[in-house]
Amino acid sequence: MLSSTAKRVPPMPDPNDPPAIEMTGMNKWYGNFHVLKDINLTVLRGEKLVICGPSGSGKSTMIRCINRLEEHQQGQIVVDGVELTNDLNKIDVIRRDIGMVFQHFNLFPHLTILENLTLAPIWVRRMRREQAEQTAMYYLERVKIPDQAHKYPGQLSGGQQQRVAIARALCMSPKIMLFDEPTSALDPEMVKEVLDAMVALAEDGMTMLCVTHEMGFARQVADRIVFMDKSEIIEMNTPAEFFSHPRHQRSKLFLAQILN
Amino acid sequence: MKALSLPLPAEPMPGQIRFGALRRSARLLFGTPLNAVLTLLFGVLLVATVPPMLRWLVIDAVLFDPSPRACRVATGACWSFIYAKSGQLLFGIYPLDERWRPAIVCMLILALLAWSVRPASWAPRLAALWVAALVLIFWLMAGGFGLTEVPTSSWGGLPVTLILTVVAIGVAFPVGILLALARRSTMPAIRIGAVVLIESVRGLPLLSILFVASIMMPLFLPEALLPDKFVRALVALTIFAAAYLAEVIRGGLQAIPNGQYEAAAALGLPFWRTQYLVILPQAIRVAIPALANTIIVMIKNTSLVLVVGLFDLISSGKAVLADPDWPSPAAETFLFIGAIFFALSFSFARFADFLERRGPTAH
Repeated sequence: MLSSTAKRVPPMPDPNDPPAIEMTGMNKWYGNFHVLKDINLTVLRGEKLVICGPSGSGKSTMIRCINRLEEHQQGQIVVDGVELTNDLNKIDVIRRDIGMVFQHFNLFPHLTILENLTLAPIWVRRMRREQAEQTAMYYLERVKIPDQAHKYPGQLSGGQQQRVAIARALCMSPKIMLFDEPTSALDPEMVKEVLDAMVALAEDGMTMLCVTHEMGFARQVADRIVFMDKSEIIEMNTPAEFFSHPRHQRSKLFLAQILN
Repeated sequence: MKALSLPLPAEPMPGQIRFGALRRSARLLFGTPLNAVLTLLFGVLLVATVPPMLRWLVIDAVLFDPSPRACRVATGACWSFIYAKSGQLLFGIYPLDERWRPAIVCMLILALLAWSVRPASWAPRLAALWVAALVLIFWLMAGGFGLTEVPTSSWGGLPVTLILTVVAIGVAFPVGILLALARRSTMPAIRIGAVVLIESVRGLPLLSILFVASIMMPLFLPEALLPDKFVRALVALTIFAAAYLAEVIRGGLQAIPNGQYEAAAALGLPFWRTQYLVILPQAIRVAIPALANTIIVMIKNTSLVLVVGLFDLISSGKAVLADPDWPSPAAETFLFIGAIFFALSFSFARFADFLERRGPTAH
């Protein structure tokens, strides 16, 4: 087993700062199915969380509640000091500050890469076009595909599309980034290029919540690992502890399965 | 080793190459007994129909002789009638001295249409240009402000067809988009309203909607509140087109994966901007073949206004034929009118085809 890799330089999350995200007693049902049970989770600014667990355990649903793509029915979610309620204006304001990367990229196929990146800055942040394009090119360079700016998403490989999706989210200068299984729909040879972009982002000190099964990535960047099973958070711990001494029987089983 | 012992294929003779195509087509035409029979059958059909058609259309036709007498004697088509009557055919019973006005209107509409199909002119100011042009068109047609007033009952022919087509479809398209969105709304009142409107319009024949607009509305609306007959027919056509377009657009909306809405929401785009920037451009593109179909049908549906006493192209064709001096060449007249409708519909079909090929392939 590899020892923990070289430590990152960015400022360590400070527990005295107001938290980025705070979920208390959160519950959600789909009809009769209790999909999230009593979720309590505090994410500090600059903290990187990896959320793992068997499929159907509620991981994706939980992070989708943070930008209200899913509605919770009970409990409280406070993002950056603002509580999520049904107030539509408040939701749009919160969404601007939360970037999200989806399993299936969800780029806009009718727009070029550059237009995908500038759409929200221009129409939501009211940025001037030249400035938005400048920002877009900066982030395309960060994810190492500035030469694809004038192509359409359909002309790019899966890995490139996912890097564009990351850049698109970053163009809104979000405070928090959510990743919903960003590498699960990719061919194996493209996983690394996406993970590299995510590692670079983590090194910049971004607050990140990643639902992923990439345990190598988890070990390298996560401050904490959240293990979910059957709609609940079962265990939360640092990667070193979680991988070497999983406390819960279900965590052990999951790790045994995923690490072959 | 064995391959070497095979005989080399004979070098093709120059003649063989030259007649290769001929031989191939002979094989296609007469290769099997069925093909041979079909070839003969169609051959006979062509020989039997094409020469008489050509004789009627061109050889025996009166092309330039402006006197009705020539047409009476001739066994072919009477094209000189179309010339002689072109003014009345195109502009109906519009006052003779004022025909320059509908002529300008027709040219203006056609020029604007030609201008509007260029992607380079697609900007918000194009809509403004159209609105300004429509004001000008209604002024030219109806008069007032220095021009002799001409009531809509005297309008006729091509300008009526063009105005009805352009305005009905131009207004129905955005209304159709709103209806399609309303029908997918999560708000029950809006959704039910859209369903009731769309389904009741689709459930009625266009003829009955036109009759309601022109004959029944005067029965329960006082004279002062009653819009002009032309406007009523226009509104009826617009509502009819909007209901059909709404369903076609809804079909396109259903093809858009949920991930597109989620991605737009995650970026903080509010509802209308999501629709305008992300969803509709894709939905409409998916729906282009069906949209073009509906719009082409609507171009031709405008001719149904003749049943409520508006003089579109077909009505003015019928009126022209009533001239007792001429031998009433109906086939020629309707071929001419048909050619105009064909030109309009076919141009639109080409435009739709161009739109479909434009831009990236979806997903």
